[in-house]
Amino acid sequence: MLHEPAAKTGPDPAFMYKRRLGARMFIIYALIYAGFVVINLVSPGAMEKIVFGGLNLAVVYGFGLIIFALILALIYSQACGRREKLLSKAEPQGGRS
Amino acid sequence: MNILSILLFILFVAFVLGISFYFAGRAKSASGYYAAGSRIHWGVNGIAFAGDYLSAASFLGICGMIATAGYDGFLYSIGYLAGWIVALFIVAEPLKRLGKYTFTDALDANYNHRGIKLMAAISTLLVSICYLIPQMVGAGVLVTPLLGLPHAVGVIIVGIIVITIVATAGMTSTTYVQFIKGALLLVFSLVLVSVVLIRGLSTKPDQGGRVPFQEYQTLPAVEAGGGITLEDPSWRIAAVREVKGLRFVKLIRDGGESWWKAEADAETGGLRLLETQFSARLADGTQTINGAPASKENELATVGNMEAIAGKTGDEASTGSLNPFKFLSLVGDSKSRIKLWKNASFDDNGGRVTVYYPVLATGNRILRPGQRFKVEGTATDKIDFLSLMLALFLGTAALPHILIRYYTVPSQAAARKSTIVAIAAIGFFYILTLFMGLGAMTNGVVNLLDDNMSAPLLARSFGTFLFSMISAIAFATVLGTVSGLIIAASGAVAHDLLDRYGKVIKSDKQKVAAGKIVAFVVGALAIVLGILFKGINVTFLVGLAFAVAASANLPSIVMMLFWKRTTARGITASIFVGVTSSIGLILFSPTMYELYGKDPLGAPFPLKNPGIVSIPLSFLTLVLVSLLTRAQAKAGPVTAD
Repeated sequence: MLHEPAAKTGPDPAFMYKRRLGARMFIIYALIYAGFVVINLVSPGAMEKIVFGGLNLAVVYGFGLIIFALILALIYSQACGRREKLLSKAEPQGGRS
Repeated sequence: MNILSILLFILFVAFVLGISFYFAGRAKSASGYYAAGSRIHWGVNGIAFAGDYLSAASFLGICGMIATAGYDGFLYSIGYLAGWIVALFIVAEPLKRLGKYTFTDALDANYNHRGIKLMAAISTLLVSICYLIPQMVGAGVLVTPLLGLPHAVGVIIVGIIVITIVATAGMTSTTYVQFIKGALLLVFSLVLVSVVLIRGLSTKPDQGGRVPFQEYQTLPAVEAGGGITLEDPSWRIAAVREVKGLRFVKLIRDGGESWWKAEADAETGGLRLLETQFSARLADGTQTINGAPASKENELATVGNMEAIAGKTGDEASTGSLNPFKFLSLVGDSKSRIKLWKNASFDDNGGRVTVYYPVLATGNRILRPGQRFKVEGTATDKIDFLSLMLALFLGTAALPHILIRYYTVPSQAAARKSTIVAIAAIGFFYILTLFMGLGAMTNGVVNLLDDNMSAPLLARSFGTFLFSMISAIAFATVLGTVSGLIIAASGAVAHDLLDRYGKVIKSDKQKVAAGKIVAFVVGALAIVLGILFKGINVTFLVGLAFAVAASANLPSIVMMLFWKRTTARGITASIFVGVTSSIGLILFSPTMYELYGKDPLGAPFPLKNPGIVSIPLSFLTLVLVSLLTRAQAKAGPVTAD
């Protein structure tokens, strides 16, 4: 049996750009996630502190992690989409940036 | 059981099966069966991702855990969602670019190595089965109150429906079932949270007047001369039992027996007895609930309420409608007191008694970690917590049934966009879980025997229609996820093992037929496991599946993409070590020792979550083996071991 991707995809000139950007954004998010875990381990009492609107740090940080994931995802998608468009115009024959 | 529940259930099942038979024509080729022909729109795929991912663990398990342990259950929501960042930034597009039908395809694309095919397929099978168990347990949990059928019957019904969905139209029908389920889950969870907020909080929740609030008595007592005496002479003490530092007292009045928990009374400096609920298996085998024979009419009462809301008690504490922030701030207020229920078991008169007793916790302790995960406990407790959060973060991007969804869209850009839709939908749902869980905790709907039912029972407190809808959606939740898991397992056996590893598949048609046969076998296995594991919190089981996936698959995916020295043998060894170490450590963990009926403290591996050991071990193995086999790999591609 043949082995190839199910859907044929052409060359992706923005491949390296997307990989670098993805890795950087992953590191940013991982550090913020790690911060959440570390506060819980080192100073769990801090999670009780009211941050704003009667909500404590645990709730604000937890919701924040969920919302921040979406914000980062949207930024990543915009940046990747723009680069793909740019490079596909600049290099219609393909290639990598 | 009510007519509306049955009608909605039958309607939903008929609709799902109708979709499957409608799309059956599209599943005649391997591409159609395993990857829906790569023709799914990214928006549909994004919601289908949500439908695939938001399993019984997310809906039933997380809500149940929040209802009984507060914020600790929400930690799963945070970890599960964070995992999608790994999927989007690291895995989504490369996987789409490299793979065909399965996760193994992408991993093996640059190597064409039999060891990778074999190990990755085995890993896919094991992770899928680990994940299947809690889904099937959830199915049994749902069918009992919905249709009045026993747990085992519920599991069998789900198994048969899912096998039919997968065997008729493979990934196409699975995608649309997941899409519909994902959309319904989001909409009706929002409805449920809205009515919880409209109802607000009170110290005597009566489920909108449907179920009278049950008050539990407190009796003053005195401890003297090594014994306990009661001020009220109408009570007689029949027995006192000590369990793990707690004292339980059996009282008799008017011929009726009851168990009470003895504790110091901080106000009087004396002793007080708290009324409990209890179930017992008597020496002659009779089951009793609260002293009377167990029956449909005599079950343990549902529990959960606030004793004080921001310092207020009684009628003046009732809040009326609340906005989401006010709801959270009142539940988490340091002057709020919430009644949680724990249990203890002991022998009595040749039988076995389980006592469910109330414990008061302040709101600020409920809305922060610590009720279940002992973040202020020993070093082992802290490492266990770290291990869980690590596995949740890294597990999502390594789940085979999630990864194969990337093959159903036509391009890398579509894979990326569908992941973003998934993050938005799943993130929104996870925020709702906190409100649903706390709603169950404060509305007197927690089932003492099975916290997995918290969300459906919360819906029931608003009437039959919402309960029937939420139960039908929860049932759909199981169908959607189990379909995805079975198709992942089916691809692992038929495509990876029989075709690419064993080379026994000679045509496209044979590969589809093999996939359908495997779907039958895995479905049957899922039925058996779902019956055997009845009663375990489904979120906990899924947490373990994440640990196995993160240990077995993620190191290979990441290193294959980012470390040029990675070799085929390094990947093979890494998967092997990841699978065996994570499963091995789980089998020797305190949780499993408890299941074996042994002392959990005697477990050789002290952590409940193995990720912190097995994930680094798998990475290390890949690096070491790759370095050792680098020279061999340079000599030429390895095609066989």
